[in-house]
Amino acid sequence: MEDLPDADIPPSPVQPRYHTGRFPNNKAGDGKPRLLLMGQRRSGKSSISSVVFHKLPPSETLYLETTTRIKKESMHSFMDFQVWDFPGHLDYFDPAFDVDNIFDEIGALIWVIDAQDEYLDAIVRLNATILNLQQTYPNINVEVFVHKVDGLSDDFRNEVIQDITQRVMDELSDNGYENAPVSFYSTSIYDHSIFDAFSKVIQKLIPQLPTLEALLDSLCRNCHIEKAYLFDVLSKIYIATDTSPTDIGSYEICSDYIDVVVDVSEIYGWDRGDEEAQARNNENAINDAESLITLEKKSNNYLYLREINKYLALICLMGDDSPADKKPLIDYNVGVFQEALAQVFPRGEK
Amino acid sequence: MNSSRRQKQRKVLLMGKSGAGKSSMRSIVFSNYVAKDVRRLGATIDVEHSNIKFMGNLMLNLWDCGGQDGFVENYLTHQRAHVFGSVAVLIFVFDIESREFAADVVSYSNIIRALSECSPSAKVFCLIHKMDLVQARLRSQLFEERSEYIRAASETFKDTVDFFPTSIWDQSLYKAWTQIIYFLIPNAATIEGLLRQLAEVIDARELILYERTTCLMVTHVTRDEESQNPFTDRFERISSILKTHKQSMAKHTNIPPGSANFAEMQIKTGRFMFFITRLTENTNLAAAIPPSEQVFNAARINIMLARSKFAELDIANKPRPGLQQAFASVSMGNSGEGDGDGRGEDFGV
Repeated sequence: MEDLPDADIPPSPVQPRYHTGRFPNNKAGDGKPRLLLMGQRRSGKSSISSVVFHKLPPSETLYLETTTRIKKESMHSFMDFQVWDFPGHLDYFDPAFDVDNIFDEIGALIWVIDAQDEYLDAIVRLNATILNLQQTYPNINVEVFVHKVDGLSDDFRNEVIQDITQRVMDELSDNGYENAPVSFYSTSIYDHSIFDAFSKVIQKLIPQLPTLEALLDSLCRNCHIEKAYLFDVLSKIYIATDTSPTDIGSYEICSDYIDVVVDVSEIYGWDRGDEEAQARNNENAINDAESLITLEKKSNNYLYLREINKYLALICLMGDDSPADKKPLIDYNVGVFQEALAQVFPRGEK
Repeated sequence: MNSSRRQKQRKVLLMGKSGAGKSSMRSIVFSNYVAKDVRRLGATIDVEHSNIKFMGNLMLNLWDCGGQDGFVENYLTHQRAHVFGSVAVLIFVFDIESREFAADVVSYSNIIRALSECSPSAKVFCLIHKMDLVQARLRSQLFEERSEYIRAASETFKDTVDFFPTSIWDQSLYKAWTQIIYFLIPNAATIEGLLRQLAEVIDARELILYERTTCLMVTHVTRDEESQNPFTDRFERISSILKTHKQSMAKHTNIPPGSANFAEMQIKTGRFMFFITRLTENTNLAAAIPPSEQVFNAARINIMLARSKFAELDIANKPRPGLQQAFASVSMGNSGEGDGDGRGEDFGV
C-alpha cells in the first residue's frame, strides 16, 4: 500500500538520495528574490506551488486544505528564491498589514485567476493591487496566470485570456500607466503550461540571461543541436534556452526526459555505503551524470542530457545531421560550455 | 506439469460492475492510453475481445466483459458455457467507491460459481480499483477489510484468489498486472535461468526483462547487495516510467505510441550506470551495473551477443513441440535448484 502517494501530509522537500540531488539547506530566506502567489480563494495558488515545488501529482491537489496563513517556501537552486503563498481572503493593503515587509524585495507578483469561475471580482482586486503597486513599487513584475484553462475549449480559452487582458490593460491606461510590467499566461497544472509560465517568470529575474542564451546559441550552432534547454532539475523550470523558436512540445519532451532520468537515478542511486567512497577514489569515475536516448526509427542521437552542476542540467534535442559517432565531440563542446557557465554563474559549483 | 498450461492461447476474463474501470485498465496496459485519456472511453457493450501477443509464445485472449446487469445475466445463463469455458484467468475488478459493495459481491459469487463449474482450474485475481479516491491513511485498512469479505465469498477459489489494490494513476496497476502476466508465461523459469547466467557474465547488479509494448515486467534477476535496494516497488515503477516516456516520445515525434520505441537509453552517474535496450523482438532488457565505463561497454556487447539465445526462447514464429518439452525439463531443473523466491513452482500448482 505504501506505493500510493500520501495525500494528507504535505510532502517534505525531496530528500537528495540520487546523484543529481540537492541538499536542503535551511538558511533563513532573507535577501532572496521573492515570488508572491496571490489571487482569489480557490483559484489554485496552493495547488500550483505544490505541483511545481513539491511534485505533488495534480490529481492529489483536490485534497489540499484551504490556506489560512501566509506560507513561505524557500527554493534552493541555481539561485535562491522564496515563494510566498497567500491566503485568498486577506486584504494586503489593509493598514494593519506591513505592506513594506511584504512587497519589499519581491521579484514578481504572480496573480492567479480561475478561468473557469466568474472572474470579474478577481480582476477588480487585481487592478486595485496593480495600481497600488505602481505607486509604491513600480518595478515589480506582475505576472497574471489565467489558471485552470484545461477545462476550456481552445476558442473559449483564447476569448477568456483576451477579455482578461483587455480589462486589466484598460484599467491601467485609464489611470495613466501605459507600460506597466504586466504579462499574461494561460496555465494548468494538468499539463506543462504551469512550468512553462514559471520558467518565463523566473527568467525575467536572471540578470545573466542574455549571456546564457548566447552561450547556448553557440553550442547549438557548433554541435547541430536542434534545441537546447538549461533546466533546473528539481523544479523542472528552464532558466534559459537558445534563441531559436520555442514550442511547448520540445519543452515537454525534455521535461519528461528529466523525470525519467531522475526517477531511475532515485531507484538505483541509493546509498551503498563504503562502496561509494571507493568509487570516489577511483579516478575514472565520472562526476557528471549523463544520459542518452536513441530512437529506433531514427539512427541519430535523439536526446542528450548532461548534468552541468549541482542544480542544472543541459538537455539537447539533437538535429538530424548530428550522428552518434560525433558524440565525443559533443561531449567536449558541452564541457567547454560547462566551464563558461561556471564563470557566468559562480553559484552551484561542486 | 499440466499440459493445458502449455497452450499458446490463454483465455483471460475481465469482469466487474459497470463503470468499475475494466476497459480503462485494459486501454492503459495494452493500448498505450494515458490515464487521463480514459475518460473518452464509453461503456463496453457485451464482450470486447482482444488478442494480445505477449512475449511471442503467449497469446492473451482477453475478454473485456461489459458489466451492466443485463449483460451479466446473459453471461450467466445463455452464454454460460461459452463465456466461462476454458478460462485460464479471471480478473474481477471491484470499485472501491461503489455504494453497493454487498451487491457487487453477490454478483461476484454468481460469477465465481459459474467459473468453478466450467473452468475449475482457473486462477482468480481480484483488483480493488480506484484506490486513489481513498484518503491515503485509510487505504490499507479498507483494502484488507474488502479483501477478507470478498475472500469469504470466493467459494472454491477461497485459497487461491489473489488481491491487489490498484489505481490507474500510479504504478499499482503495473504491479497487479505484472503478477497476472507472470502467472501466464509458460517458460518464465527458463528465461530467469538464462537471465541469471547473463547477469553473472556481465557483472550486473540487476537485470530486468520488460515486454516491449506493454512495458510490463516479465522477470528480473537481482544480485548481491542490490537486493538491499530500498525501493522494493522499483520494477513496476520503471514500468510506469517507461510507459510514460513512450507516450511523451510518441506525442513529440508523431510516431504512433505502439511503435515509439527507443533503441537504447543510457544513464551514467557516479553511483550506477543503467541502460535499457532491445533484447528480442518482444522484450527490452534493463541493466543496472556498477559505475564503470569498462563494465558498461562490455555489458552492452555481451547483451548484444546474447540476443540470439533469448530469441530462441521467444518461440513466436516456430512452434516446435519438441523444444517446449525441453523447456519443461529445464524449468523443472531450475525450480529444483530453488532461487529462494519460489517463483518457479507457480506453474505446478
